[in-house]
Amino acid sequence: MNDAVVELNNLKKYFIINKGFKEKKLVVKAVDDVTLTINKGEIVGLVGESGSGKTTLARVLLNLTKPTDSHVIFNGINLSKAKRKEIKKFRTEVAVVFQDPASNLNPRDTVMRSITRPLILHGMPKKLAKEKAIETLELVKMDIRYLNSYPHQLSGGQLQRIAIARALVLEPKVMILDEPTSALDISVQAQILNLLIDLQEKFKLTYLVITHDLNVIRYISDRVAVMYLGKLVEYGPTEEVINNPKHPYTMGLMAASPILNPHDRNKEKHIMQGDPGSLINLPSGCHFHPRCPYATERCINEAPANLILDSHQVACFKYENMKISECID
Amino acid sequence: MSEELLRLKNLYVDYKVKDGYLSAVKNVSFTIEKGEIYAIVGESGCGKSTIAHTILRLLPDHNEIIKGNIFFNGEDINKFTEKQLESIRGKEIGMIFQNPLDSLNPVYTTGFQVAEGIMLDNVTKEEAWNRVIKLYNDVKMSDAEKRAESFPHELSGGMRQRVMIAMMLARTPKLLIADEPTTALDVTIEAQILNIIKKLRDDFGTSVMLITHNFGLVAEVADRVAVMYAGEVVEQGTVYDIFDNPKHPYTKLLIKALPRITKTEGRLQTIDGTVPRLTEIIPGCRFENRCPYAMDICKEKDPEIKTVNKFHSYRCHLHEGGEI
Repeated sequence: MNDAVVELNNLKKYFIINKGFKEKKLVVKAVDDVTLTINKGEIVGLVGESGSGKTTLARVLLNLTKPTDSHVIFNGINLSKAKRKEIKKFRTEVAVVFQDPASNLNPRDTVMRSITRPLILHGMPKKLAKEKAIETLELVKMDIRYLNSYPHQLSGGQLQRIAIARALVLEPKVMILDEPTSALDISVQAQILNLLIDLQEKFKLTYLVITHDLNVIRYISDRVAVMYLGKLVEYGPTEEVINNPKHPYTMGLMAASPILNPHDRNKEKHIMQGDPGSLINLPSGCHFHPRCPYATERCINEAPANLILDSHQVACFKYENMKISECID
Repeated sequence: MSEELLRLKNLYVDYKVKDGYLSAVKNVSFTIEKGEIYAIVGESGCGKSTIAHTILRLLPDHNEIIKGNIFFNGEDINKFTEKQLESIRGKEIGMIFQNPLDSLNPVYTTGFQVAEGIMLDNVTKEEAWNRVIKLYNDVKMSDAEKRAESFPHELSGGMRQRVMIAMMLARTPKLLIADEPTTALDVTIEAQILNIIKKLRDDFGTSVMLITHNFGLVAEVADRVAVMYAGEVVEQGTVYDIFDNPKHPYTKLLIKALPRITKTEGRLQTIDGTVPRLTEIIPGCRFENRCPYAMDICKEKDPEIKTVNKFHSYRCHLHEGGEI
């Protein structure tokens, strides 16, 4: 169980904004010092507000952009130094499903063409590819009569199934799902979530699920990573992170997350004030200190390092010199 | 409490489409009382926004047939002339939309746009501007003076929605229609906006009609809820009735489809099938093709409304004999 599929060590991805000829160049630290390991066969949820660098992290993982510092290690292979052949193999092993399926499927391609395309690109004969496409469509519980449909003829839930089928067709080991259900209605969301879990269990897949919906994360993932302004602030087993969050930001996020039971509404909760802030104008020290109720002088001047407490990883001064057993209150 | 503000009675809205009519809202009746938060939930295409637009007559002209009554403060505003309705829009009934960027003019400062509404009531410019700053403080906008001079593109999504709320508040309407007010926002900002809406109700006694697809919001703030499916209100009741004791099969399934568990505890409930085409005439229940309890009668006869208690009612053939 404990084989790392994806390893990141102090990964950084900076973007440079050139504001003009004479202006100073700005550095946007979209992903800053992220250390994270994803093990084989686990579902990791990645949460954070918009602009926290979730999608940039996914793009770096997918090797769609190169990291500024450090590397992505996938199955023991360093992607920055990988050979062409290794990259090609990597492309079959990692698949991605994006948020809005309607804009990711070619409107002029039939379902069949969309699904067989990756197979043909990787050298499978057309006839075999078609058989494989039918097989995959059955896996995602779609009727094969939709094979010759175009995307505009399908509903949102059906399109998401097609997107999942297209991702699955190369038999990947890792799937990155960027907001897989946020464009869908509740009943369809339930169908897609169930489907994703069934597929994961059947093929022992590894998922990285990016979402802002904590209820979805709680349902689907084994571990949760929380990002805030480019930093990974907390990473640990889902139950611990949701029920006993360590980082003040995670606490605020949990309090803000909509309850799904009206009987809980009178429970006292602390609502985080202020805006998420922007990556262009980063606060000094700990990025969270302007919104943090526990902020001290030190937080303003110094950025906390990642503390590793048993299975839990947290970036906050509060937990220095503590073992996880002492933190549980 | 218990004073009626808005009452819809047998409202029907049909859209004219290429080959006939699409029945977007069918026989909808409900009452919103003073000072309550009434939520309308349903999946996309169920007609919840159509209702909101019908109340304020914002639907595109000559494209629909509206039948039924909309009583606001005892008067049927559906029979009002355009001019009479003008006096209600904004002043008596305010509305905020999903995407504030679509509702704000990009070439004017936000403060000016809010002041514009205030000046409709014959207020001087200076006074209007002072009111804008006060309103910005009311909606917890940090740095109110500076923000009033900002253009919409200079503000974040949460701040833009605050501008919309300030604009709506400017004329202290009795009813606020909020159409998916937080869908485009982050959860932390969503919680802040919800708090503002709650505070509005508590401080000014404003009634709120909250239109959403998010059951989380409903559980968080609503007093009473109407669940819509394919143009019909299938069930309505207090928020506790709907969450603890749903009666209609659709509500039952939907509540079970919410991700409230973890995957080790089991799978989520799903609802198979799709919404029927509303351009076709459906003589029976509109949920019949997806309902696990469907009977023969469901296909033929439109179910009648059954009442459980004063607030709680639903539309289903079941229960005639016994429990589900």
